[in-house]
Amino acid sequence: MFGYYLLLAAYSFKRNRILTALMILAIGLGVGASMTMITVLHVMSGDPLPGRSAHLYVPVIDPHPVSNTKPKDATIDAAMTWPDAINLLHAARADRQAAMTAGSLPIRPAQGALQPFFESGHYVTADFFPMFDTPFRAGNGWSAGDDQAHARVVVLNADLNRKLFGTAPSIGRTVQLKNTEFRVVGVLDDWQPQPTFYAQIDDHAFGHADQFFLPLQTALELKLDFDGRMGCWGNGGDARLGDQCAWLQFWVKLDGAAKASEYHAFLADYWREQQRHGRFPRPVNPQLFNLMDWLGNQHVVPGDLRLQLWLALGFLGVCMTNIVALLLVKFLRRSGEISVRRALGAQRRDIFVQLGIEAGVIGLAGGTLGLMVAEAGLWSVRRQPDGYAHLAHMDVPMLLATFLLALLASLLAGLLPAWRACRIAPALQLKTQ
Amino acid sequence: MSFPPVIASLARHKLTALLLILQVSLTCAIVCNIAFMLNGRIQQLRQPSGVAEDELVLLESTDLDEKAQPLIRHDADLAALRTLAGVKSAAAVDGLPFNFRDWSNGLSLIPDGPTPAAASVFDGTPDTLATLGLHLVEGRGFLPSEYVPLGSARNWNGIDQVPVTIITRALADKLFPGQDALGKVIYPDEKPVRIVGVVDPLLRPRPHDDGNDYVTVFPMLPDANGVTYVLRTSPQDRERVLAQAAATLNHLHGNRILRHMQSFTQLRDSFFHRDRSMIGLLIAAATGLLFVTALGIAGLANFWVQQRRRSIGIRRAMGATRRNILRYFQVENLLIVSTGIAFGAVLAYGLNMLLMQHYEQPRLPMFYLAIGATALWLLGQLAVLGPALRAASVPPVVATRTT
Repeated sequence: MFGYYLLLAAYSFKRNRILTALMILAIGLGVGASMTMITVLHVMSGDPLPGRSAHLYVPVIDPHPVSNTKPKDATIDAAMTWPDAINLLHAARADRQAAMTAGSLPIRPAQGALQPFFESGHYVTADFFPMFDTPFRAGNGWSAGDDQAHARVVVLNADLNRKLFGTAPSIGRTVQLKNTEFRVVGVLDDWQPQPTFYAQIDDHAFGHADQFFLPLQTALELKLDFDGRMGCWGNGGDARLGDQCAWLQFWVKLDGAAKASEYHAFLADYWREQQRHGRFPRPVNPQLFNLMDWLGNQHVVPGDLRLQLWLALGFLGVCMTNIVALLLVKFLRRSGEISVRRALGAQRRDIFVQLGIEAGVIGLAGGTLGLMVAEAGLWSVRRQPDGYAHLAHMDVPMLLATFLLALLASLLAGLLPAWRACRIAPALQLKTQ
Repeated sequence: MSFPPVIASLARHKLTALLLILQVSLTCAIVCNIAFMLNGRIQQLRQPSGVAEDELVLLESTDLDEKAQPLIRHDADLAALRTLAGVKSAAAVDGLPFNFRDWSNGLSLIPDGPTPAAASVFDGTPDTLATLGLHLVEGRGFLPSEYVPLGSARNWNGIDQVPVTIITRALADKLFPGQDALGKVIYPDEKPVRIVGVVDPLLRPRPHDDGNDYVTVFPMLPDANGVTYVLRTSPQDRERVLAQAAATLNHLHGNRILRHMQSFTQLRDSFFHRDRSMIGLLIAAATGLLFVTALGIAGLANFWVQQRRRSIGIRRAMGATRRNILRYFQVENLLIVSTGIAFGAVLAYGLNMLLMQHYEQPRLPMFYLAIGATALWLLGQLAVLGPALRAASVPPVVATRTT
């Protein structure tokens, strides 16, 4: 029966070539546009650390004075002051904890041939590497003792390591960052989580990878240049080390919900204790964000992209209404044929299935077109200079989703017309002809 | 032509007519909002930065010397850059519109008072105003005696020593509404700073929620190892001047890194590239929607003409002119599209409310509704014209045939 219905569908398409082509075009464009945006958002909302992200948290404590007006949007500023970061590090109440900030430094290659160049990296504390489970190609991170001793050590990422040392082993060799020699203690295996979740989330969260990591205390001692926002209140004092400038990112690893709630209680205690010292004037309200929630709160996916997704879905919606109307007139036009089939004994269900198959075939054809449109759309996204551009590729689940969406859209669109058509009375139509 | 027969006939195709109305109203709602957003984006794109955009080239230089003396270095570099052919003026600065080097300060009107506004700090060597081509609308420029070092190695303590400032008109209006800002005093930190001039316009280094044009220009000399040199030249000389400037600087002092060498136009373009791609997408989406809707209208009209061939023939045989038939289909389309637009207007405001909630979009002015409605009316009439003409050409003899 299925084959016969396909044959009937083919006849019907032949009779209305232009109408059929228009329907396929509409579904193809709608599905293609939607899938382009869904794919872009899908790759951007991916988990940067699969398997570990569930245990990683950003603690938020707010040392700002009460008078400061709160920002309009709900994006939370988790930046921490140096004294608070040190206090939380020393308290060591989480399984792992690290403070960090971004920085870019001039690097002087040992070989004379290369000109000095700027590279961006992070100043971090020792737990950074085990906490994020960074993959090492050689060597290791450094210890908390190295942090205390302001050790001149550095962990390089694969690109910078290759640029400086080629394929030769680099552990133990030195690299000059700004005006100081650092000993290479580890080389990462091209670690570039997308987005760079641990940094301040901004327009550059995608695409760039930190190329060096060195101890935060060392960077402070050497007064190395920092990147990123620093928010200060009050006047005077040393901005970086003072307790009135927030600029550090802080991450903790907590295995399990029980530990998370324990840590939350600890943060509240810390807040109250600081209030006794005249700090943290705002009402006690510590927050603990899981990694994925944090990325959501920080709008790692730009609002424009979400708007573009809604635009694409709206377009698909209009395309679908269009197809419902076109299918309806197409089916109703065959009232005569349908009533003959009904008079000859076809059940309503048979008519429904037959017309459903016709709609489904249009959906599949539209899906194929939609796939091509989506590939073209993704290609044009990849040509943009955005950091996330290189991520815009379609994977197998997305490919299947495209067909599913097209099929679903056309079956949904076929539902109403098919239902309407199968209610055509058997004989009545014959009489009016 | 009277409405009743048109409506009576549409009532026989309720479902189809409703679907078409739904499609028109969805399209109307989305297209109105797209047109509104488009206008907002284009306004942003066209926003004047306040500097002589076509005449500026920029180089970011970082001195790598361990014992670097930035003030002396900048003076020497600028002296050399000024000798280049085609360079009208040169200055060393930190913040510029669109360059994201933003240092913002809460400003109060009394010591340790509340801060009604935060403004970005622009600093630079004495030629900065002339080089950037800022429009001083009130007051005066800085005097040579007023310049102090920025103090970037000492927590930017220049802000506590600088005696005067020039602020933007927008900031002046915010701080001193209805008053003359000239001669008034503000407290960017602990010490009072007197306003001696007002510029208009001037944008901040990066977008801010509260006032994209709140800027304070201070007579402070950049004294960090990294600095941005701005050269003013003729538009056609920019590329050559940039290349020569880089060569001159490297020749003068090799132990440095030059970065971000570009014209101001390039800086502006990269700042707005997302807005431009958004504009492209918005236009594509609006075109696509209108196109699909036109297809739907034409497709349905076509079907209705075929279905009604016999009745058209009968009407023609009874004396209706071709014009009457043409009008019939045009009025029918007008009726459907107008109903769609009426629903679409409600939907458009609903959509606008969602956008206001999630994307800080302002309220949709009526004007955009008019644009959407006009576009759909025209499109509807255009789409129905072909089928309507075909209907008008149905000969009266059709009435006599039985099939």
